[in-house]
Amino acid sequence: MREQHHIISYRTLTLVWIALLVLTVVTVLVTRFDLGGYRVLVALAVASLKAGLVIAVFMHMKHEGRLLRALLFVALVAIAVNIGFTFFDVLYR
Amino acid sequence: MNQVEQADIPAAGGFWNDTGKRGITAWIFSTDHKRIGLLYLYSVFGFFLVGAVLGLLLRIELMAPGRTIMNAQTYNALFTVHGVVMIFLFIIPGFQGSFGNLVMPIQIGARDVSFPRLNLLSWWLFIIGAVIIVVALFTGGGPPDTGWTFYVPFSSRTGTNVSLAVFGVFVIGFSSILTGLNFVTTIHRLRAEGMSWSRVPLFTWSLYATAWVQILATPILAITLVLVMAERLLGTGLFDPGQGGDPIMYQHLFWIYSHPAVYIMILPAMGVISDIVPVFSRKPIFGYKMIAFSSLAIAAAGSIVWGHHMFTSGMSDTAVLVFSFLTFIVAIPSAIKVFNWVSTLYKGSISLEAPMLFALSFILLFSIGGLSGLILGAAATDIHVHDTHFVVGHFHYVMFGGAGFAFFAAMHYWLPKFYGRRYAEKPAVIAWALMFTGFNILYFTMQVLGMRGMPRRYYDYLPEFAPLNLVATIGSWILAAGLVLMVINLFRGLFKGAEFSGNPWGGATLEWSVPTPPPSENFLQEPVVTHGPYDYRGAGIP
Amino acid sequence: MSHPMHKDYTGAKLGMWLFLFTELLLFSGLFLLYAVYLRRYPHEFTTAGKQLNWVLGSANTVILLTSSLFAAMAVTAAQRSEARRAVGLIGGTILCATGFMIIKYFEWSAKIGHGIYPGSEHLKAGAPGESVFFGLYYMTTGIHGLHVLIGGGLLAWIAAKVKGGSVNAEHFVLLENGALYWHLVDLIWIFIFPLYYLIL
Repeated sequence: MREQHHIISYRTLTLVWIALLVLTVVTVLVTRFDLGGYRVLVALAVASLKAGLVIAVFMHMKHEGRLLRALLFVALVAIAVNIGFTFFDVLYR
Repeated sequence: MNQVEQADIPAAGGFWNDTGKRGITAWIFSTDHKRIGLLYLYSVFGFFLVGAVLGLLLRIELMAPGRTIMNAQTYNALFTVHGVVMIFLFIIPGFQGSFGNLVMPIQIGARDVSFPRLNLLSWWLFIIGAVIIVVALFTGGGPPDTGWTFYVPFSSRTGTNVSLAVFGVFVIGFSSILTGLNFVTTIHRLRAEGMSWSRVPLFTWSLYATAWVQILATPILAITLVLVMAERLLGTGLFDPGQGGDPIMYQHLFWIYSHPAVYIMILPAMGVISDIVPVFSRKPIFGYKMIAFSSLAIAAAGSIVWGHHMFTSGMSDTAVLVFSFLTFIVAIPSAIKVFNWVSTLYKGSISLEAPMLFALSFILLFSIGGLSGLILGAAATDIHVHDTHFVVGHFHYVMFGGAGFAFFAAMHYWLPKFYGRRYAEKPAVIAWALMFTGFNILYFTMQVLGMRGMPRRYYDYLPEFAPLNLVATIGSWILAAGLVLMVINLFRGLFKGAEFSGNPWGGATLEWSVPTPPPSENFLQEPVVTHGPYDYRGAGIP
Repeated sequence: MSHPMHKDYTGAKLGMWLFLFTELLLFSGLFLLYAVYLRRYPHEFTTAGKQLNWVLGSANTVILLTSSLFAAMAVTAAQRSEARRAVGLIGGTILCATGFMIIKYFEWSAKIGHGIYPGSEHLKAGAPGESVFFGLYYMTTGIHGLHVLIGGGLLAWIAAKVKGGSVNAEHFVLLENGALYWHLVDLIWIFIFPLYYLIL
């Protein structure tokens, strides 16, 4: 059973790293402004973008099969459900 | 060589004497899934017997009002330990560890699980966790008295040894996670040639669904327990209203794990029944796809209903409504299974041997348990019977009448294959009859008591509950008598009973195609699967 | 007993990913509590968050991102049979991990010096929301720090294997899994950083 391994070049990895640093600067700058309740949302959106980059490139998810992606999706849904459904209680108490 | 021929080859002891090594180290350091399975079987069944004795003691205390044999504090400790032992040491690791390990790799045509050493580590972690729990009973402030749920604020304040017990459960959770990821990987990667997803036996399907629950739910328990330890040792105050925390959040986190956990307990049991019922009805299973699918559906739906344990906790009314509604959804896939089993029986040529008797009683007892669960799932009726013996009766119907009886069915069905010897049929049937009778006298009475308002977790009660409590306690003795007879007959038979070889039940799943007992890597030659798990003609079984 | 099992590369990686899911779920419990308490105590969380040093937090973010880069590069190096470079890159990751822990140590000791630690009199006397914030802060960064230590140890062990040659261009799944674990540590921090240091 010969499996194909995708090798990600140093260049790509470095570019992603730079993008991550830029995004870090963006979060820091953005959260300095008073955006009210949106601050948390913006910070989380940027964090999710960063996480997506790490998962896709550093963790090779971009080159994985559909199975692993589907399973990751299931795990993320589980987290969203756990947090989201708790708010049926917290929001309406 | 077709399967029937392979199964008839005398195996000369199979995996029992293949290593050349003797003694206990050939077992406790073995990475053979069958040996690990038996290690698990003996450990969890040992804990089951311990838990059963504790349960009997609790029943003796409740035989009459007032103090009977123990004081209130002892009673609190005993029901806590009974719960912790039965749930964390028997029923959660039970099926996956023992029969999952013994049978699943063979059922999919694999030589072992994906990570055999990790598998051994799972068992070790289980034993270490169990030892920690046992140590916790005799050290510090004595056995925990919180109930198995470790609810704050009591658990963060009681002087008993909660911290250590909680740590033991944490370690066992780790073991459960490792088993789960091992099984998911195994079932994805190691299916034999021809073993498509639609040919995977239903027991393995149920283990697959269970493994996902273990992976996705157990970490939440782990973090919850860590937080309880932090409350006690550091005073973080995350659940302490005095410091801005919210004790109800503990209940959320706890049940986000512990409700899915009941499906860790019951799903493999349903898988056992799905494998036994068709074999003893001489019919292919009815609705194979729906049963397989419903296992996944139960796992998924079971993960979004945790709030139904908290209707009276002070949670918001909206949440009560939502969780109550969602709870009814779980009934659908469960009912799909029950209807499919019954349809399998229809016009089958049923042979009422011991595994089948246990399996059939599972269907009845699980249905009673499941239906009483709907009474608890509906918020209005739940508030009436909350924290009464109705709840105790309900979950014993599901957990003991369901998972427990399925465990006994599995013992009678599969263990002879691994020992090459079998129990005597007649005592097995008598034992089953005693247990079934005693069980219903015990737990149905509890449900009636609960309806009348007898609260759970109290060692004393009003005199008007006395007659029914006496009945329930007598039921527990009948149940215990049956249990003792079953254990003696089963294990005496496995070591000294009549020879058992080949495929006497006539199962079409792969474990019946290997020699008895199975050799060390299960198959004499790589299996190629050409038929479904319940296709008897395809398997060449007359 | 020696199992002549074939090396199942995809299986090994699937197993690792499943383990990472459990780690994500573990931390999700803490993030759940964060979400709930943030909603209940928005102002207290802001005041408490201001007491954390966002410069140190940013520095640690950069350090972890860089360590992640090194780990990813180490995998590439191993795949290209550049064993020496792979070992060096893992060394870089471990160095970053050490730096991260040192900064963490100074952060924690400064806070503890000000009487801010779980169960302290200072927190008990203050607003309840702040006590919850710091309780969560210590639990989350503490458990995360523990993962940094475990990941560092794991990578050191793997580096020895790369050096010894048992992890190589043919069999590099151990290194890849070690790197996956390390990226997870980074991933968690990517969320911890804005939630604790920047919500001000």
